[in-house]
Amino acid sequence: MTTQKTPLEDAVSQPIAASTSTGDAPAGPERRHGRSRLTAGQLPKWTPYAVGAAALVLSAAIMALIGFNVAGWVIIAAIAYVVGMYAVTLIRENRRKATDGLWRNLIIGAFLIALVPLISVMWTVISNGWQGITQPGFFASDMQGITGKYDRAAQAGEGPILGGIAHALVGTLLITAATTIISVPIGLLASIYLVEYSNDNLFSKIIRFFVDVMTGIPSIVAGLFAAGFMLAVFSFFGAAPGAQTIGLSAAIALSVIMIPIVVRSTEEMLRVVPNELREASAALGVRKWRTTLKVVLPTAISGIASGVTLAIARVVGETAPILVTAGFTVATNWNLVKDWMMALPVYIYYQLTTPTAPQAPEPSMIRAWGGALVLIILVMLLNLLARAVAKWLAPKTAGR
Amino acid sequence: MAKRIDANDLNVYYGKFLAVEGVNINIEPRSVTAFIGPSGCGKTTFLRTLNRMHEVLPGAHVKGKVLLDGDDIYGPGVDPVTVRSQVGMVFQRPNPFPTMSIKENVLAGFKLNGKRLSKSDADAIVEKSLRGANLWNEVKDRLDKPGSGLSGGQQQRLCIARTIAVEPSVILMDEPCSALDPISTLAVEDLINELKNEYTVVIVTHNMQQAARVSDKTAFFNIAGTGKPGKLIEYAETSTIFNNPVEQATEDYVSGRFG
Repeated sequence: MTTQKTPLEDAVSQPIAASTSTGDAPAGPERRHGRSRLTAGQLPKWTPYAVGAAALVLSAAIMALIGFNVAGWVIIAAIAYVVGMYAVTLIRENRRKATDGLWRNLIIGAFLIALVPLISVMWTVISNGWQGITQPGFFASDMQGITGKYDRAAQAGEGPILGGIAHALVGTLLITAATTIISVPIGLLASIYLVEYSNDNLFSKIIRFFVDVMTGIPSIVAGLFAAGFMLAVFSFFGAAPGAQTIGLSAAIALSVIMIPIVVRSTEEMLRVVPNELREASAALGVRKWRTTLKVVLPTAISGIASGVTLAIARVVGETAPILVTAGFTVATNWNLVKDWMMALPVYIYYQLTTPTAPQAPEPSMIRAWGGALVLIILVMLLNLLARAVAKWLAPKTAGR
Repeated sequence: MAKRIDANDLNVYYGKFLAVEGVNINIEPRSVTAFIGPSGCGKTTFLRTLNRMHEVLPGAHVKGKVLLDGDDIYGPGVDPVTVRSQVGMVFQRPNPFPTMSIKENVLAGFKLNGKRLSKSDADAIVEKSLRGANLWNEVKDRLDKPGSGLSGGQQQRLCIARTIAVEPSVILMDEPCSALDPISTLAVEDLINELKNEYTVVIVTHNMQQAARVSDKTAFFNIAGTGKPGKLIEYAETSTIFNNPVEQATEDYVSGRFG
């Protein structure tokens, strides 16, 4: 190496030399609190806590003037905190940072507000329903023979709360299972037609449009359709009027709601299967139906399965279509094609609106909340199942 | 095994749009033929007509004849599935089936068609095909692992193994190395050299050095302009195409003056 510096070396070394020679003087006083020049002028880390505490105190003072309650205290404190942080940052730092902080706080606030109803619903149902589901025999007994006499005794503290959700649980599970058995094959085949066979012809566009419309129809319409349809079928075969009020009618009503959901979610899943895989299979001399069955469906199966599970979760909580098709009952009915059938949402509705003992509604309320909690747990389990299934069936990509 | 391909006055249409016009070409068995030309000139489209894969797109059809050892693959009553089982295809991007292991991928041509194989037959086919694709030594200890876990070059050779497992007469390759690094490209090119001992190989490539390295004969396709049909400009021995082509357009293209 020569001693003479190249222009590049010169350019690199100069600023370094300059900074080391002049760096000490301005850095000295500013580094008192372990800060560099780059962090100078920033608010100390404890500022948000200080502003928060001040906001809480201020809010408490305002509330003390107009009468204290927790909700008002928290809301006013939150507003005061956002305003306070903005003002402090604006004075001590600059407008850009103040605006940045303001929007960040507002967005966090919006997120918390969105969480409020969710947590509130969960909390209300769990706290109210806990007493219900912990009653002895809540899951094992139905409402047969539970008259107002027992409820009045229970409210007066002279006996246990009798009765339970066995009949409603059986009904919900049977009706939902029947709905799934009807809807999944129809929905799956329809979406396979739409994606693999239709070539986007006019017929498929019409189907897709009506599927979209169907996902939005009010559930009571589905119930009325199924009730009318089954009445027509039954009277055609000469059955007595009223014989069509069975669990199967409810399953048909729910299928009307579920099929479009299954079609839509499955269609989305089939569309994301890369075309390359279909071509690879076709180039091996494999027929289209085999390609669909053995390449496309296995590749999409995890998404399809979780879509189906979420569709089940959607229909499991329907009330109106079941009420108008399967009726309601107090006895456990295991037969989908004979006699009225109870479902959990209908059970909740009836316990709330027509308590077993009108003078002593407390036990009915407890049973209704218990049923609601069971329903929420059911939906939650289905959602967890959907995630587990999606993970379990997803194509394995590890091992590189 | 290997069969010859003759195209006579072949026109390829997408709906009403004429994509490739008037192709006459005779491809000898046990040879490597390269298709070169600028993007959009119809070489991939023409390649896909050789095993009727273009029919996957709605509206695609041809006029003219493609003869596979004298039999017209577009003759009345010919099942495209039968054609495709004799004319295999390797695609631009490696596309092993993600739900299948390496072994299942090799056997896909049998398994997907519902053919039952004894375990010894299946193992023999897997080993023969993977050896044929120069992949056996790299994957023999993990045949039950997913095929998508291999590197890109290995995946492409797995796709070639999958294609030769069903013992086609012709293998079509649509830019098989364009998604691969130089080392993997070299492995695939070596493989193409071996494949021509048993198969008729047709390869589309954008890489002219590759065409010069691997092919016996080269076909140059060109297009007059957007919306015009692609045409076969010149078809000759590879050395002729690259050293003293007849057509000015071919010379301009291979010498890099355009395209």
